[in-house]
Amino acid sequence: MKLLSQDRPGGPLISAILVLLLIGLALAPFLFPGTRALDTAARICVFVVLVASYDLLLGYAGIVSFAHTMFFGFGAYGVALTSEHMGRSFAALGIGTLSGALAAALLALAIGLFSLRVRAIFFAMITLAVASAVAVLVSQMSALTGGEDGLNFQIPRALTAAQKYADFKLFGVTLNGKLLNYYLVFSCATVLFLVLLRIVNSPFGRVLLAIRENEFRAEAIGYRVVWFRTGATVLSAVAAALAGSLYAIWLRYVGPSTVLSFEIMIDILLMVVIGGMGTMYGAVVGAVIFILAQNYLQGLMGLAEGALQGLPLLPQLLDPDRWLLWLGVLFILSVYFFPTGIVGRLRRR
Amino acid sequence: MSDPILTLKGVHTDIGRYHILQGVELEVPRGGVTMLLGRNGVGKTTTLRTVMGLWRARAGQITFDGRDVTALPTAAIARAGIGFVPEDMGIFTDLTVEENLILAAASGPLSSDRLDRIFAAFPPLKTFWKSAAGNLSGGQKQMLSIARAMAEERRLYLIDEPTKGLAPAIVATMAAALRDLKAEGAAILLVEQNFAVARLLGDSCAVMDDGRVIWSGPMAELAADTALQERLMGLSLEAP
Amino acid sequence: MSAAPDHRPTFARAGLSDRLAPWLPLLLVPLLMVFGWLAIPSTSSWLTLTVSGLAMGMMIFLMASGLTLVFGLMDVINFGHGAFISLGAFVGVSVLLALASWTAAASLPLNLAALGLALVAAVLVTGTMGWLFERVIVRPVYGAHLKQILVTMGGLIVAEQLILVIWGPAQIFITRPEMLKGAVTFAGAALEKYRLVAVALGLIVFLAMRLVLRHSRIGLIVRAGVQNGEMVQALGYRLRLVFIGTFVAGSALAGLGGVMWGLYDEVITADMGASLMVLVFIVVIIGGLGSVEGCFLGALLVGLVQNYAAFLEPKLAMVSNIALLVAVLMWRPEGMMAVVKSK
Repeated sequence: MKLLSQDRPGGPLISAILVLLLIGLALAPFLFPGTRALDTAARICVFVVLVASYDLLLGYAGIVSFAHTMFFGFGAYGVALTSEHMGRSFAALGIGTLSGALAAALLALAIGLFSLRVRAIFFAMITLAVASAVAVLVSQMSALTGGEDGLNFQIPRALTAAQKYADFKLFGVTLNGKLLNYYLVFSCATVLFLVLLRIVNSPFGRVLLAIRENEFRAEAIGYRVVWFRTGATVLSAVAAALAGSLYAIWLRYVGPSTVLSFEIMIDILLMVVIGGMGTMYGAVVGAVIFILAQNYLQGLMGLAEGALQGLPLLPQLLDPDRWLLWLGVLFILSVYFFPTGIVGRLRRR
Repeated sequence: MSDPILTLKGVHTDIGRYHILQGVELEVPRGGVTMLLGRNGVGKTTTLRTVMGLWRARAGQITFDGRDVTALPTAAIARAGIGFVPEDMGIFTDLTVEENLILAAASGPLSSDRLDRIFAAFPPLKTFWKSAAGNLSGGQKQMLSIARAMAEERRLYLIDEPTKGLAPAIVATMAAALRDLKAEGAAILLVEQNFAVARLLGDSCAVMDDGRVIWSGPMAELAADTALQERLMGLSLEAP
Repeated sequence: MSAAPDHRPTFARAGLSDRLAPWLPLLLVPLLMVFGWLAIPSTSSWLTLTVSGLAMGMMIFLMASGLTLVFGLMDVINFGHGAFISLGAFVGVSVLLALASWTAAASLPLNLAALGLALVAAVLVTGTMGWLFERVIVRPVYGAHLKQILVTMGGLIVAEQLILVIWGPAQIFITRPEMLKGAVTFAGAALEKYRLVAVALGLIVFLAMRLVLRHSRIGLIVRAGVQNGEMVQALGYRLRLVFIGTFVAGSALAGLGGVMWGLYDEVITADMGASLMVLVFIVVIIGGLGSVEGCFLGALLVGLVQNYAAFLEPKLAMVSNIALLVAVLMWRPEGMMAVVKSK
C-alpha cells in the first residue's frame, strides 16, 4: 500500500484487472512468445507512463496540452542524438535521457509561465502552436535529426538480442539482451508510474485538485495558481521525456512519425479519456486497451471491409485506414457519457 | 395589496454549492416603489437576478402580471416588460452611448419622446451621445444604465443600488429620475442602501435576512419605527 | 435613432498616450513592412513578399474571424474549426473540377463565375455543417472549457476522416482558373494575380464585417454580447440565436478561406485545416480573443512575418510566428486589442 501512496485502485474488479495486467506485463516474455507480442508489451509500458504523465496535467491540473508528444520526442531524440555522437554506451543513454528531460523541463517551464499567467485557455492553443513548430523544425533540420526519415542508432550490446546471457532457454525463452532491455523498460516504467502516483497523492497533487475545482478559491486561500499549474506542466513534461527515452532505447530508432506526430497526441488523449481522467490507473487500462485494439482490431476492420466489398460507402468506412474515424467517435462519446472513463465507471459500482 | 404585478412564492436559489435564497415570499404592487432592504449578502441582488432568470430558482414560483415566468428564458422575461438595472450597471463600454440606448429599445426604434425624457432626466447623456460609454464617469454610467431601462415602456423596473458610490449631487439627480419614473405609473423594485433615498421614494418595503423576506409593510411604518429597524437590520436607518 | 446633439461634446481629455494606446497596434503592420523593406535587399522582392504576405494574412483572417467572435460571444473555444477549412476546400475544389471547362477557358467572367460558384457552394456546405457541429458537438459542453477542447478536437478528427471517406485518401491537385494564373509586373516586382484577388476578397469581407458590426442592430448585439452577454439577454435579446448565427457565419467564412487557400497552395489535403489552425490560433491570441479588428491586424502580421522570414531564413518561417506570438504577449498579455469584459 505504501508503494501505491495509499491510493488504491478502488473496487475489487478494477484491482483484479490491474493485478492481472501487472502480472501479464511482468511475465510478458514468457506468457506471450514472439517478437510482436514483446514489442506490444514494451509499447504498453512506455505508453502507461506517457499517458499517466498526461493525466497529471489533464485529470489533476485540469489543463489541456497538445505538446505532450513534443516532450516525449525530446527524451527520444536526446537518447538518439547522444548515442549517435558518443557511440553506443550506457553513458550515452544516461546523458541523452538526462538532457532530454532537462530540455523538456525548461521548455515546459517557459511555456507554462508564459501562457498560464494570462489565461489557462491560451495554454492549449500555444502548446499546439509550439508543438507543431518543433515538429516542423525537427523534420527540416535533417542534418541533425535525420528529418522525416529519423535516426537509427545503436544501443549497448548488452541490451540487444546479439548478447546471450545463458546457453539454455528458460521456459522456452532465450535469455538475451533483448529480454534485459524489456525488463529495463518494464521496471523503469513501473517506477515512474509509482512516482507519478506519489505526486498526485502528495500535498502538491491535492492543491492541483483544489485549483481544478475552484481556481479563484484556491488563489484566495493563498496558492499561487500559476506556479502550481506550471509545476504540474514541468513534472509531466519530464515524465513524458523519460518515457520517450525508454521508447527510443527499446526501438533503437526515432523519427517524427513515431515520437512527434500529432497522431500520437491524439492516441494519448484517447487513452487517458477512455481509461479515466484523474485516476492515474486509467492510464494503465487506457494504454492496454488502446494498444491492443490498435494492433489487433485494425486487422479485423480489414476483414470486415473485405466482407462488405461491393456495398456503398460501408467498405470505405471500415477501411483499416479509417481507424481514427471510429476512435474519434468513441472519443466524443466517452467525453459526453463516460467522462470518468473505465476506471471511474468501475469505481462507482 | 391585491393583484400585485410581481409575486415570488417560496423561491429558493442556489449559486454553486451555496443556498442563497431560502424561500423568498415577495409581492410588488402595481405602481409605486417597493424598497428591498437588508444587510449586505442577504440575497437582495440574487432575488433580482432570479426574477430576471439570470440565476435559476431551484424551487418556488415567480409570477409577473399573472403569468408564470419562473422557467422563461431571460430574454422572454425582459420582453414581458421588465427593465433591469444590475448592480454593476452592465454598460457596454465599447459601444457609444447612442448604441447602448439603441440596443436597449429591443422592440423597435427608440422613440423621440422617450429620448427627450431621457435627455431631460440625464443631460450628460446628450452631451456624450457619440462617445464610447466606457469613457463616462461612474455617475454617468449609472445614468446610462437607468436610461437604458427607460428606453422602452416597462411595467416593472428592477434597480440594484443605483446610488452606490455616487457623489451627493449625482445621487440627487438619480433620485429625481427615479421619482419621474414612479410618477409615470410603472412599478419599481429598488434595492437601496441610502436611507434618505429609500425614504424619499419608497411606498412599501420588504426587508430580507438570510435569504428570506422577514418583514414587509408600508415604508412609512418602517421609517417611523427605529426599534423595528434595529431588530430587522441590526442598525438604525436614522443613524448617519 | 435620433439626431446627434448640436454642440460638441466636451471631455475631460485623457493624456495623449492613453488615447493613442488602443490604436498603437495599427502602426505595427506598416512598421513591419518598413522593417521588411530594410531587411530585404531588393525592393521588388520586398514588394512581391509583401503582397503575398498580405494575401496570406487575408486568407487567415477569413478563417480566424469566426473563431474569435464565437469565443467572445459564448466563451466557446472551437478546436474543430479547422474541419470547416478543409471541408470548404474540398467542396470548392470539387465544384471547380466539375466546372473544368469554365476554369480552363481564357475568359475572366467565366473564370470568376466558376470561382464564385465554388465559394458559394463551400459557404453553404460549411455553414450547414457549422450549424450541425454546434448542435451536436458544442451545445452539450457549454461552460466547460476542458470538455470543449476535447470534444471539438474529437469533432475535428471525425470530420477529417469523413472527408477521407468521401473524397478518398489521395491529395487533390487543382490549378487556378486560367485568367488568374501568372503574375502582373508592377514596379519591377512580379505580383501573382491570384494573390491580388485574395487580398481584394479579404478586404471586402473585412469591410463588410465591420459594416455589419458597426451599423446594424445584429452587429450591435454581437459586439455588446462579446462584452456582457447577460445584459444583452436582460435587454430582451435571445443571445443563443445570435450565437448560433455567428457560429454558422464563422464556419462559412472558414470554408471560404479554405477554398481560397486550396487554390493558393494548388493542392488540398484533409488535414490542411488542422495545420492551418496553428496559424489561426496564433492570430486570435495576438489579436485579442473576441476582437475582429485585432484578428485582422494579427492575421496581416502573421502573413507578413511568415513571408519575410521564409525569404530571409526559410527554416525559421514557422518559428518566426511563435516569436511574434511571444513578443506580442510580452507587450500585451491579453492580445493587441483585448476585449474588455464588463463582467
